[in-house]
Amino acid sequence: MSRALLEIRGLVKHFTVEGSREVVHAVDGVDLSVMPGETLGLVGESGCGKTTVGRLALRLLEPTAGELLLDGRDLVRIPRRELRRLRSRMQIVFQDPFSSLNPRMTVHTLLTRPMEIHLNLSPLARQARLEELLEKVGLRGEHRGRYPHEFSGGQRQRIAIARALSVNPDFVALDEPTSALDVSVQAQILNLLKQLQQDHGLTYLFISHNLSVVKHMSDRIAVMYLGQLVEVATREALFTAPLHPYTRALISSIPALTPRGRRERIRLVGDVPSAIRVPAGCRFHTRCPFAEDRCRREAPALRPVAADGEAPHQVSCHLVP
Amino acid sequence: MEPLLDVRNLRTHFFSRAGAVRAVDGVSFSLDRGEILGLVGESGCGKSVSSLSVMRLVDRPGRIVSGEILFEGRDLLGLSKEEMRRLRGNRLAMIFQEPTSSMNPVFTTGSQIAEAILVHERVSRKAARERVLRLMQLVGIPDPERRFRQFPHQFSGGMLQRMMVAMALACNPSVLIADEPVTALDVTIQAQILDLIKELRDRTGASVLLITHDMGVVAETCDRVAVMYLGKIVETAPLAPLFEAPKHPYTVGLFASIPRLEETVEWLQPIPGTVPSPLDLPAGCLFRNRCPHALPICGTAEPPILEIAPKHHVACYLYEAGGRA
Repeated sequence: MSRALLEIRGLVKHFTVEGSREVVHAVDGVDLSVMPGETLGLVGESGCGKTTVGRLALRLLEPTAGELLLDGRDLVRIPRRELRRLRSRMQIVFQDPFSSLNPRMTVHTLLTRPMEIHLNLSPLARQARLEELLEKVGLRGEHRGRYPHEFSGGQRQRIAIARALSVNPDFVALDEPTSALDVSVQAQILNLLKQLQQDHGLTYLFISHNLSVVKHMSDRIAVMYLGQLVEVATREALFTAPLHPYTRALISSIPALTPRGRRERIRLVGDVPSAIRVPAGCRFHTRCPFAEDRCRREAPALRPVAADGEAPHQVSCHLVP
Repeated sequence: MEPLLDVRNLRTHFFSRAGAVRAVDGVSFSLDRGEILGLVGESGCGKSVSSLSVMRLVDRPGRIVSGEILFEGRDLLGLSKEEMRRLRGNRLAMIFQEPTSSMNPVFTTGSQIAEAILVHERVSRKAARERVLRLMQLVGIPDPERRFRQFPHQFSGGMLQRMMVAMALACNPSVLIADEPVTALDVTIQAQILDLIKELRDRTGASVLLITHDMGVVAETCDRVAVMYLGKIVETAPLAPLFEAPKHPYTVGLFASIPRLEETVEWLQPIPGTVPSPLDLPAGCLFRNRCPHALPICGTAEPPILEIAPKHHVACYLYEAGGRA
């Protein structure tokens, strides 16, 4: 089996609540590997910790514990200078294209500044690369001198994607890249991301709450609930034979796009518990329709239950044999 | 039978220094008793402004320029402010997208719902409180006695949206307008709230105008659908025909651009181009610049609204004289 491009081991991130001794368990022991050239989808509802995992993966946040290996090198323990050099290999596109682009920079500056920092290019070569990037993401040369506010949401997201690609990364985290966009524009951006991946052999960590979008984009999918992974599987396995009750409930609550074509629904009662006072045992037991005594006492570990080609189907549930 | 709510040729425009934005421009739709009508479209299409116009909640620089809004036979646009105030929250109720900003943070949630009752009806505080507790039970809030005394910040988004539904129902409205009622909620909670809205329609016979951008929500909830684009309704149809055989090129494009759980495709088919600026609208059909089937005639005048099947209307030249796309 080839080596993972990004390997996450035992990743933990706790936030302390200001003025109190309470701790938010945002990410609580996540193991995940992203293989070169694949798209790994990370899906879950608000507050499950998926965005935090994305930011930790790029070391935009300091992990409380755990290891992060990019191409075998530990991002947590390497010297700052070396980390800075590695940053050109990993980039991120954020959800909100209205706040992720500096409003006082032109497209030209937004795209060439990262090149100045990371790539050793002559001014002429930078210009050429800028033109190339604009064309690749579907913007025109005349857009160079404009400011972010002159663009629509979809176009801004194209700028953010061009900026991420400007330094030639091999790994890109996409954190809800189309959630702020209308569906007709979302389709344009999703197609663009796929095209760029094919052309440049990019590896994506695709983070979203939208299961249909994650399914469309991903080769493998990890489902997150309250700071932990509950299931990891290939796209086919996850949608044809989901194992964890939470995954099944999540899939069944997406309305089908057919009139009255409602999937058989597993109803979840109640709300997601607070990440400050996480339930003992399995974190999902408070909402799980199948919970047993054991689920309230013992936390299940994420374990492989079936081999699905090279990638194992992993699940953390006592009730799955 | 005459519809409960009949909106005719509604125009609501916003007047800015840069020019007039015709947010809603000649919109007509009706709502039958006990019906759930979905008003769908992408951001800026005028679906929310349409609903705010029905409630007469449009503020400056916006203004309802013309049209009629007949509710139980009376034109709401002819009512005085006081008459309108008596209808709002009473016969006509509304739920908004963001439950946390719809409630006053410094009063208990229960007292806010009770206030809605006391404003409209001559009942004692005690009777109002009892009705609120019953409503809270109806919308599935556990431990209503305790929850009544809690403040909005003590609720989760889903629970607070249930309280908003309870408030909307406090005076037995005959029309409930729900503007993106589940957009701010997680999918597992969305399903709960949509079920609740349907159950309440079945139980009270109220009509619902459901505004949403999400075709999945429409499929799950509505009886009939109106699709809006740039201030106009481009297609209206009962649920099944709209989903199985959409007619307007915009509706068709919308469906083709949505990734689906039930099938896997390599590439989506986006609608090309972008929505034109509302300050600089093209002549003729507003969808012309993005339409794969545009004809020369589309640039000349606004397309007629054609009834191509019972209750199925489409505003498109392609269907004129029995033609097709």
